[in-house]
Amino acid sequence: MERTYHKQEINMTEALITRINELISHYPEDKRKSALLPVLHEVQDAHENWLSIELMDKVAEILLIKPIEVYEVVSFYTMYNQKPIGKYMFEFCQTSPCCLNGAENLMDYTCEKLGINLGETTEDGNFTVVGVECLGACGYAPMMQLGDFYKEHLNEEKIDQLIADCKDNKIVLHDK
Amino acid sequence: MSQKILLDKINVPGIKTYEVYRQNGGYASVEKALKTLTPDELVEEVKTSGLRGRGGAGFPAGMKWSFIDKKSGKPRHLVCNADESEPGTFKDRYLMEFIPHLLIEGMITSSYALGANLSYIYIRGEYMWVYKILERAINEAKAAGFLGKNILGSGYDLELYVHCGAGAYICGEETALIESLEGKRGNPRIKPPFPAISGLWSNPTVVNNVETIAAVPWIVNNSGAEYAKIGIGRSTGTKLISASGHVKNPGVYEIELGLSVYEFMNSDEYLGGMSSDRPLKAFVPGGSSVPVLPAHLIYKTAAGEDRLMSYESLSDGGFATGSMLGSGGFIVYNDTSCIVRNTWNFSRFYHHESCGQCSPCREGTGWMEKVLHRIENGHGREEDIDLLLSIQSKIEGNTICPLGDAAAWPVAAAIRHFRDEFEYHIRFPEKIKNRDHFVAEPFEKVKHLVSKEMI
Repeated sequence: MERTYHKQEINMTEALITRINELISHYPEDKRKSALLPVLHEVQDAHENWLSIELMDKVAEILLIKPIEVYEVVSFYTMYNQKPIGKYMFEFCQTSPCCLNGAENLMDYTCEKLGINLGETTEDGNFTVVGVECLGACGYAPMMQLGDFYKEHLNEEKIDQLIADCKDNKIVLHDK
Repeated sequence: MSQKILLDKINVPGIKTYEVYRQNGGYASVEKALKTLTPDELVEEVKTSGLRGRGGAGFPAGMKWSFIDKKSGKPRHLVCNADESEPGTFKDRYLMEFIPHLLIEGMITSSYALGANLSYIYIRGEYMWVYKILERAINEAKAAGFLGKNILGSGYDLELYVHCGAGAYICGEETALIESLEGKRGNPRIKPPFPAISGLWSNPTVVNNVETIAAVPWIVNNSGAEYAKIGIGRSTGTKLISASGHVKNPGVYEIELGLSVYEFMNSDEYLGGMSSDRPLKAFVPGGSSVPVLPAHLIYKTAAGEDRLMSYESLSDGGFATGSMLGSGGFIVYNDTSCIVRNTWNFSRFYHHESCGQCSPCREGTGWMEKVLHRIENGHGREEDIDLLLSIQSKIEGNTICPLGDAAAWPVAAAIRHFRDEFEYHIRFPEKIKNRDHFVAEPFEKVKHLVSKEMI
């Protein structure tokens, strides 16, 4: 199997460390490990939306746990990315209630427009399109998750607009 | 108009904020509980109310509370299950997004009843903006003195935090949720011991759904006996229903339990009938895990009685002719939808979400997805239908947690009620090549081909 090694610049800013410490304080002192999932979200958001081995090791060090305890969690939960992905990740809900309202055709449209297949990233590294399982927005279908937010009641025109807004840097990805 | 107790103030401008929520009677239940009721009296009120778990299982909430181990002297915890992920369900998100303080008020009152001093709201990671809403609301409540040390001078302390998941349906199962809250993979635990004895960090823990906890303030303010007057029979109170699929007005509705399915589907107050006025083909009343029902069993039970939105009526007839209220994820299908495709889609979901701990679920969900995929894509074999029934029967009841059952039931129900549609896919592969095969030609119009073939 072909393996590509992806290098990641690690930058634990003061703001990030402060937030991590705040999260750790939500649990009893001897239960630091409980902060793992929220801490991984914060760390990933601050590192272009993916987690390298080095970054996971750093998290293990902060939470005083073994690296394997971080790896096994990262590989279990779908929201953690183990390799670089596009700056804007379009995560379309592809579960049945969304499909009843045209999710599959809209995913095809989006991929075609960006010139990629489902699961791929555009060459400029800007866009990734993936299908994910139920996001809990069944009544507002079709929809996608983009960063911390949902984009609902989508159609082809809205997709065109969204892509244009991303290219113009008009999209806020995180609520910090 | 039926009575609303959860969403009655949802349209008050600014109800998201602490000030407006408080001005509209918010946090009154905390004052009443802490000043005038003992924890045991509170548990009794909830028992009397008949309130049942709103996450899907429908277990009586007061009884669940009474199981919590108070003798061991270990710290106790209340954990709110906001890991809403059952396909078709999006009600908790609505409540948390638009009236977050109701949940926080319920968490304080309920934690007091359980004697918990450290409680958590576990929200799915995808609802990140709602996580932030809750975090800010908790800070507001704390600043107002409803959280922290010695709340309202009562001597009761409570810290409340919100914790986020990271994309795993299985974490909605209470023991997997606890594992996840401990910073681990979401593998369900073997029960017993139940969380009420050994839950979060081996401490006695109660896990309740968002909607269950949000009903507690009303019960405290108005009494359990008053709550029990709402609804019908053992289905007391109101229920949030999230409706999706081919209906005119999809969305979240609070209904009084006992409302007829017909009225819910057709009245303008609720779903307003079918979108595009196409015929109703099937519905799933309680999220993807519960059995799908065909048109003739939706408004009437097999016994010919009106089908009601209640735990009992929706399950009337057992799995042969009934379904379940479940989480209230109400999915409606018109005549252009394909039951085989829908079943394959759900199977893919369960395969993806299986934690992989139990072989029958890990392997079985994969096989169901594969077999359904080949039927849907025109490569099915005549024996595949029985093969599916065989696989699902071997998953059901043979796993640590109910995800296995949840994956098995929809497959069995689809074949039970729509077997001819599976046969059609297998016998006429050239007619189902397109993903939208029933849009141009609904199954009703080609159904006769299957019976002809039989002769």
